[in-house]
Amino acid sequence: MKIIVLMKQVANKDAVLRISGDEKWINEADIALQTNESDGYALEEALRTVEAKGEGEVIVCTLGPQSAKSVIKDALARGAHRAIHIVVDDSKTLSAYQIAKTIADAIRDENADLIFAGLQSDDASYGQTGVILAELLGIPHATIVIEVDRASLGDTLRVKRELESGWYQWFTYKLPALLTIQSGISQIRYASLKGIMAAKSKPVNEITPSVQAFASAPQIEKVYMPLKTKQTQMLGGGDAKRGAAELVEKLRTEVRVI
Amino acid sequence: MSILVFIEHKDCTLNKTSLEAITAAQSIGRDLGLGITAVIPCDKDCGLAQEIAGYALEKVIIAKNEKLGTYTPDAYADAWEEVIKAVNPQYVVMAHTYQVRDFAPKVAARFRREVVGDCIRYRNEGGKLVLTRRIFLGKLDADVSLQGDAPYFITFQSGAFRGDNAEKGSAELQTMDVNVGDVRMTPEAPFQEAKASVDLTKSEVIVAVGRGIKSQENIAVAQQLADVLGADLAASRPICDSEWLPIDRQIGSSGQTVAPKVYIALGISGAIQHIVGMKNAGTIVAINKDGEAPIFDIADYGIVGDLFEAVPVMVEEIKKAKA
Repeated sequence: MKIIVLMKQVANKDAVLRISGDEKWINEADIALQTNESDGYALEEALRTVEAKGEGEVIVCTLGPQSAKSVIKDALARGAHRAIHIVVDDSKTLSAYQIAKTIADAIRDENADLIFAGLQSDDASYGQTGVILAELLGIPHATIVIEVDRASLGDTLRVKRELESGWYQWFTYKLPALLTIQSGISQIRYASLKGIMAAKSKPVNEITPSVQAFASAPQIEKVYMPLKTKQTQMLGGGDAKRGAAELVEKLRTEVRVI
Repeated sequence: MSILVFIEHKDCTLNKTSLEAITAAQSIGRDLGLGITAVIPCDKDCGLAQEIAGYALEKVIIAKNEKLGTYTPDAYADAWEEVIKAVNPQYVVMAHTYQVRDFAPKVAARFRREVVGDCIRYRNEGGKLVLTRRIFLGKLDADVSLQGDAPYFITFQSGAFRGDNAEKGSAELQTMDVNVGDVRMTPEAPFQEAKASVDLTKSEVIVAVGRGIKSQENIAVAQQLADVLGADLAASRPICDSEWLPIDRQIGSSGQTVAPKVYIALGISGAIQHIVGMKNAGTIVAINKDGEAPIFDIADYGIVGDLFEAVPVMVEEIKKAKA
């Protein structure tokens, strides 16, 4: 059993974002970075699947600059067996199709049984890299997976997909297949000290790809703070208690809910 | 040249966001002078077709195949590929639903394209569209221009257009028998987990908690506020994932969609997935430590500060006001 997990380095959830000088992205120089949230759950599902099977390897694959090594280190410390780092310095300028195509070319020969990815990235939020990758590799996919029926694992795998408004659906997939994993579906393990030590000797394969031009790549013209659709009355001027008192007054006199 | 718009349904019952997609397509069609064709994948002469033909569209195509009775990404991709090749549209417009997220990128990839997804608006720049997408969990907007040749694949976020604004009219009905190849996944029947015992859609006032509440014990703080206001307690997804509140209290794309008179968001940053579930509330109040949290963009009243300082004061003041 061979499982590849796609993981991406993104801006920290709580980072204060500054728009870059050319207004095409954010200034990434001075912000904290982290592993994309749903990708962490994808890794956890992959590790649990291999553990349930009793054999196999989990390969973490990331596309990004050298800083993305910290994503790899963390994944190896949690239990991934080896890594593929597709080194692209200006990865933020790539479109979803370009990213998927570059990854497809890098991992095709691995012939993985399963590929796990997070359902979307918390920066560009394309939400389609995994699906395009599956199409390019000629394998089926399922998105927004919230449960993997590990007992069913054989030539096929049964997975539970989240639909909208509280609906769910089970699908059985022929392998190989690609699954995109929803955040929050399990408890992610911590890296043990032993795991951190072991990670240092695990193989990391660096690939420097030739990224192909893609005429249909949508182009970001401008990044800006969202236009406010509402005039927000800010209360308290930084004093939460005073704000609370003012708010109750507004709820009483303007909103008339009290 | 034309616009194709996807009509999503389950057993011939319409997914209402498809009307929003029709409104979007009609708007783009007017701006660019393009006719619109609606596409309904189905395994029969879809019961929905007549209803859709009652909108201002050139044509409604039922893409028909026995394998299109229950949704699968493989069958839908094959059907769409054939329809797009037959119609040769300029644009393919869809609502950004979970189902569309599942199959649309696959279809686009077959044409060496990708989807410009989850757009919140567009503008017409010299006959070409510039789309606006939310990025970085709703903290920033990006204007995106389309490049290369048609077809262009666009999905719009729920609520970006109003379904009840879809213009009525009369469309020609056509059935297209499409080929569907090997379907590599076997679906079981969709089901609802533990039927929602709490119907928040009828609530007048909702107090909702997010990650900022920090622990399960702290939910009592929000409960007190809900009690004095006669409000229902709700939550964003991380709270229900942690099982601090049951899933039937979840607001957002994977939970309930609500429009109460007042919505008080405590420690909720305002990720898109949450906002789509509550942005139509009459009055939105946000209390959050992070002054740049996107929830403030849609709030009528905001307090930047610690909810654990603000909420007890609110409870006391409300008690006083009621006394």
